[in-house]
Amino acid sequence: MSIWSSDNDGMFAKAKRRLTRRNVMKAGLGVGAAGLLLRSGTLPAFAEDKPALGTYPAGTTGSSVFVGGVMPLTGPYSSSGKDMQLGFEMAVDHLNNGSPITEQIATLKKGKGVLGKKIDFQVADSETKPDPAVQAATRFIRDNKAIMLTGTVNSAVSIAIEKLGQREHVIVMIGNSGSNDTTGKDCQRYGFRAQPSAYMAAKALAPVLAKQLGKTIKAAYLVPDYTYGHSVYDSMKQFTEQAGWKTVNEQLVPLGTTDFSSYLLNIGNSGADVFVNVAFGADATSSTKQADQFGILSKMKYVVPNISQFQAKELGAKVMGGTYGTQAWWWTEQDKFPLAKLFVEEFEKKNSYKPRWGATEVYVQMLVWADAVERAGSFYPGDVIKALESGQKVNSIYGEVYYRAGDHQLVRPVPVMVGKKPDQMKSPEDFFDILELVPGEQVLPPLDQTGCKMPGIES
Amino acid sequence: MPTLAQFLSQAFNGIALGSLLSLIASGLSIILGTLGVLNFAHGAMFMLGAYAAFVVLNHSDSFALALALGALLLFVFGWVTERGLIRFYYRRPKEDQILVTFGLGIMMVEAVHYIFGGLSQRVPLPSWGEGIVNFGYFIYPLYRVEAIGIVAALLLAFYVVLYRTRIGLVVRAGIEDPLMVELLGTPVRRAFLIVFCIGSMAAGIAGVIYAPLAAVIPNMGEQFLVQCFVVVVIGGLGSFPGAVVGGLVVGEILSLTTLFNPAYAQAAIYAVMTLVLIVRPRGLFGTMGRA
Repeated sequence: MSIWSSDNDGMFAKAKRRLTRRNVMKAGLGVGAAGLLLRSGTLPAFAEDKPALGTYPAGTTGSSVFVGGVMPLTGPYSSSGKDMQLGFEMAVDHLNNGSPITEQIATLKKGKGVLGKKIDFQVADSETKPDPAVQAATRFIRDNKAIMLTGTVNSAVSIAIEKLGQREHVIVMIGNSGSNDTTGKDCQRYGFRAQPSAYMAAKALAPVLAKQLGKTIKAAYLVPDYTYGHSVYDSMKQFTEQAGWKTVNEQLVPLGTTDFSSYLLNIGNSGADVFVNVAFGADATSSTKQADQFGILSKMKYVVPNISQFQAKELGAKVMGGTYGTQAWWWTEQDKFPLAKLFVEEFEKKNSYKPRWGATEVYVQMLVWADAVERAGSFYPGDVIKALESGQKVNSIYGEVYYRAGDHQLVRPVPVMVGKKPDQMKSPEDFFDILELVPGEQVLPPLDQTGCKMPGIES
Repeated sequence: MPTLAQFLSQAFNGIALGSLLSLIASGLSIILGTLGVLNFAHGAMFMLGAYAAFVVLNHSDSFALALALGALLLFVFGWVTERGLIRFYYRRPKEDQILVTFGLGIMMVEAVHYIFGGLSQRVPLPSWGEGIVNFGYFIYPLYRVEAIGIVAALLLAFYVVLYRTRIGLVVRAGIEDPLMVELLGTPVRRAFLIVFCIGSMAAGIAGVIYAPLAAVIPNMGEQFLVQCFVVVVIGGLGSFPGAVVGGLVVGEILSLTTLFNPAYAQAAIYAVMTLVLIVRPRGLFGTMGRA
């Protein structure tokens, strides 16, 4: 919009522009007044009957709405962040321009944005740390009037952002976060989580482990020392011990550790039968590599409760073959869910690799949110939250999913899987066999055990 | 209480971990001692060495070649950086020096991120490093044992250059009193350049050696940089023997603390650093009047 630009291009031009600007403003006032008259008359008022809340209605007055992606483009979880960014960009493209996937969802068939408004977006680097993430999210809210925030890898970051969302009354569709606290004691009315919680993953995984590895097992854990690690450890301990296992060792390590040798020596010396590695991202790659070199992977069975997106690709099937664990989603689920098949095709066509669960989470979150906005008929956060809480099922890459109103956990299946050895792989990215696809309802924590006290929409 | 086997294995691990810290920290320490510049890009130089190893070992099986080329790359990188950037900061405030090296480190990390992406790169163990050594009380990866030997040889070479050559004499004199060296007519600036190149090279070689052990990612040097600052403070600013001993001390603390409480390992090195600063404010091998 050149008439508003402040480029310094000479006095004459400036004087001319001032005139133009005044004229434009006058004209604008006229149109605005006419609009007011019309609205107070016969036309139905849609947006204006809601009170201002968060970035509403400020962020929805133009022809587009802004969605901010806060993702770790640097730091130990940056590979997850990149995958997620690609899923995010694809979701925006599909919502704005239509796709074979949005065509399958009744409310999104039109493919012309959300409520007729195009989605505008930006991605900011969270550096895998809460502080930069909160700064970036705050900028999106203040400067871009973001109507929704997504992305966020790492539970500490996710919880910080959903708290910010609650305070600023902006909906946060959380990316990768496995901690129970995200939808437990730190749950927020404005935060929604797609990834299975540590509780869900452990409850799905433990019976399979007992069946495959036996019931009289001693387990040693490597645990990243923050909310995610503690949560996964607690849940794994709970469900494996119920299955008869014994926990003999726990090694707490800081996030971003490069050398795990001293921790791994303790695990090697612990007399355990199974090594359970909770480390994630680059930390998972380093610790697995080192565990292999310390002879631990040949001595013990290997369990990774939440396998990082690219862990198998980075380490190779020789190391990851035989590893038990869960992921939020694996691409061979396309054999079961038609939308997953479409998504894998579209994603691979564009990015030349099989999408990982980080990409799907943000993609699913974007579509579920868009569906809720369409059903609410408004961007007013109160209505959108209620639409998300309504229990309405939405067809997705994970099959039919919905949010549980009490804690904002997405009810979706959890794949329990085992790594394939090199000779079992049918294609270069065929790293895992899905042993069981456990329905979400079966593994949800009872609501009264989550510790979630849901705040109000305006609190 | 830990058993004897557990104690011995961690004590040995402390040497393995510490020797690597010694190598990285010695470069950091002599740069600080001679040039007076706290090099925040040192961790990124370590990372660059690891990526050099990744590139070379993708085209060749020779680990010796990776070591040689990694060393050469970081020597040249050090040369270009000193001539093109660092030397303009010798007379500027310490904060400027910290900011410029910090910024350089970020640029290096992001450049590597741009070229190679954020996924970790796989660097295989050299064929002579595969397998496990049985020490009776404990087992240990062969490559890590060999790495101790390689690092010891490099530190010895470093010692010879610093203490048995003329250039080393100038460097050591420069650490003690750069102004006097200059007044005596010795071109101390040239010694500065060489020190920076050698320091950069030491970090790079450490990166090559470490590449098969960790996830090779753009920010892999971050944790080592922080630990090496602790090593330099414990050992004494600018002291080569201080860096070597400090590295081993920090390695041992990191390892042995995990026997009792793994969560405190990182905190323990800061506790010991604080203790050293109270008892010997200039570090174990530091002397009066240095940077």
